[in-house]
Amino acid sequence: MILASSTTVDLARAQFATTSIYHFLFVPLTLGLGPIVAIFQTQWHRTRNEAWLRLTHFFGTLFLINFAIGVATGLVQEFQFGMNWSVYSKFVGNVFGAPLAIEGLAAFFLESTFLGLWIFGWNRLSPRLHLATLWIAVVGSWLSAYFILVANSFMQDPVGYRIENGQAVLTSVWALLGSHWAYYAFIHTILAGLTAGAAVVFGVCCWHFARGRNVETFRPAAKVALIVLVPVSCFNLWFGSHFGILVTSLQPMKISASEAQWDTCSHCAFSLFQVGGFTQQDQTPSFSIEIPGLLSYLSTGSFSGTVQGLTTLNDDYKANYGPGNYMPPVETIYWSMRGMAYSGSFVALVALVGAFLYWKRRLERLRWFLWVGVVATAFPFIACIFGWMLTEIGRQPWIVQGLLKTDTANSPAVSTTWLVISLAVFVTLYVVLLVLDVWLMRRYAGRDPKDAGEEPAGAAPAPAVGY
Amino acid sequence: MDLQNLWFVLIAVLWSGYFLLEGFDFGVGMLLPYLPRDDEERSEMFQTIGPVWDGNEVWLVTAGGATFAAFPAWYATMFSGLYIALLAVLFFLIIRVISFEWRSKSTSPRWRRVWLWANAVGSFGASLIWGVGLSNLLYGMPINSNGDFSGTFWDLFNGYTVLGGLTVVAIFAFHGATFLTLRTTGDLLERAKTASKQLSVLAAALGAVFLVLTVVVAVNRNDKSVFPPVLPAAIGVAALVLAVVLVYARRWAWAFTMTGLGTIAVVVTIFTSLFPRVMVSSTSAVYSLTVSNSASQHYTLAVMTVVALIFVPLVLLYQGWTYHVFRARVGGRGGEPTH
Repeated sequence: MILASSTTVDLARAQFATTSIYHFLFVPLTLGLGPIVAIFQTQWHRTRNEAWLRLTHFFGTLFLINFAIGVATGLVQEFQFGMNWSVYSKFVGNVFGAPLAIEGLAAFFLESTFLGLWIFGWNRLSPRLHLATLWIAVVGSWLSAYFILVANSFMQDPVGYRIENGQAVLTSVWALLGSHWAYYAFIHTILAGLTAGAAVVFGVCCWHFARGRNVETFRPAAKVALIVLVPVSCFNLWFGSHFGILVTSLQPMKISASEAQWDTCSHCAFSLFQVGGFTQQDQTPSFSIEIPGLLSYLSTGSFSGTVQGLTTLNDDYKANYGPGNYMPPVETIYWSMRGMAYSGSFVALVALVGAFLYWKRRLERLRWFLWVGVVATAFPFIACIFGWMLTEIGRQPWIVQGLLKTDTANSPAVSTTWLVISLAVFVTLYVVLLVLDVWLMRRYAGRDPKDAGEEPAGAAPAPAVGY
Repeated sequence: MDLQNLWFVLIAVLWSGYFLLEGFDFGVGMLLPYLPRDDEERSEMFQTIGPVWDGNEVWLVTAGGATFAAFPAWYATMFSGLYIALLAVLFFLIIRVISFEWRSKSTSPRWRRVWLWANAVGSFGASLIWGVGLSNLLYGMPINSNGDFSGTFWDLFNGYTVLGGLTVVAIFAFHGATFLTLRTTGDLLERAKTASKQLSVLAAALGAVFLVLTVVVAVNRNDKSVFPPVLPAAIGVAALVLAVVLVYARRWAWAFTMTGLGTIAVVVTIFTSLFPRVMVSSTSAVYSLTVSNSASQHYTLAVMTVVALIFVPLVLLYQGWTYHVFRARVGGRGGEPTH
């Protein structure tokens, strides 16, 4: 029976993780590519230069190919709480449900309706109004991210509630909406989205430059991408580490686990890379590269700051919450943190070098770098995957930090068989859709933007471009 | 009216909005394999709902979120109890959502056929399961003393709930065909009119039987009096019968109004029959979830009420405007998307 229940929890977690990670491959693209397409269209609106219109159509198509999967998997996200986590849903519904419902009413309606207007409104709305529909859809998608992150922040740092009859009950919606965690997570997420969107635009430009195609058309797109990418990716590195200080104060276990820091220390060194040292039995790495003092700085803002060790924290938790193991899987968290930070740094580096080369007018000819630019497209997404792994696995064993544990929060009504069926269905569907998505993206990203209003094969009836 | 009851009504409104709006785009989806004769007509059919399906689907997202916020226990029991059914709904909705953006992305006939069928199967499947699912709330599911579903997938199926599923499919198809009579031109328009006529009698007959049975189920299994459930049921039957008459009288806009009213009446009859319960337990009446034992606290409901009062009118305003923008018939030149 115990075995059965731990299996169902693991399956439910596997399913949630799969859907969340998959969903979040498409979300950053929606958040980041949307505004860039809107910038292109704004430029066209201002200058009347057809080149901007072609870029709008070209990248607009890439945006929509992915937007569809984002919408579809978002629905799975919303349903999964009730389907797989009914105990959790009953426990947090009073609080957690509110931002989800507000997201629908205040944000997702806006995004979906106005995106429909944008896609089909080219010939029906005035140019100014049509441009506005895209910006409104972008605002909708950003608002949507905010409300979803408010909900998520309640799992990390519950605020604005009290416990009544075994349920979390909302006491202040302003405290909930004003959660510091949510603000930090929102800015970090939007910056990550912009990084992903700009990196995709830059990567596509590099791809065309490397093949010597459509160089004139893509040069302005590369410029816009770099103008976004350089400050955003660099700022997000700083902001992410700054976020770490907040996390240290609210979820010290997560930060200590992400550093495999077993003992409490001050002037703590940051481990860049290590072999071993990830278990209670083996706390000292057999090999490591460290930067003195940096961990203290990153987690407290001071080079001499004290960082609580895992062992100490676990004892504190035991004293507060009773016997048990309160440490997340250390090795996974350690590498997730580095996977995120190193991927993000790589993107920032590519952006800086790319901007330098663009400034020196050498970007289009430096083939090896162009291919680096193409490969770099994947890294914002890798950073997002690891970032969410750090956030969510690092919260374990809690589903709501300090209030409810994950292994007691799943749906009693849902059997192992059902979970296996649903996991199989989702994984199969996700894989098939990802393969088709990559195929479509490749096909559309490789086109000549002059054909952007049409089918790649050119056989479809050519719609009237413009007004 | 206290806030708990107000939110029960609002959840019913959200489901009504979802059925009214996505109902016709599901209907159009189901007719995709039958009405168009060539690729151009197929594209035209997609275009009739292209600008609006996504906004329509948000009514479902909001209904889900609002149920989570206002009635956490209802949301938890319903979504975990209907697990496999909702898994199927998600599958159908995913392939359908993607078909809208992806079908036009290749000219390969096989690719286009696959996504056309994805839309059709998704529309049919999702409609069927919503019908089965909502009628289960009233007919009763095995729910234990913890408020958890304790049955198997097959417990969801019986004569009444299957009829509920088929009824929703038929009404949506009729609703969709009638919608197409207002949005298409030429041969496609003529075929839409024929389809609307053919579907009208079937949809009205199934609808009438289902609505009457719903009142019977409410009385027998949920301890309700005949009134008030009979009121929305009667309005629904009248609307559907009128829709048949209007279709044969070729008054398409009025017929569409009546199919819309009939669609809403199905939701309203089920919700009226449920009240004050939200999910009937077939294990024991005392285990049924009710408005008061599944609702959130007053403060959450008050916050949500303010949010709804601000945003629902706004949503209605800009969605209404969208329908106004895309009011012209599709066909020939005009509304073709450039993406």
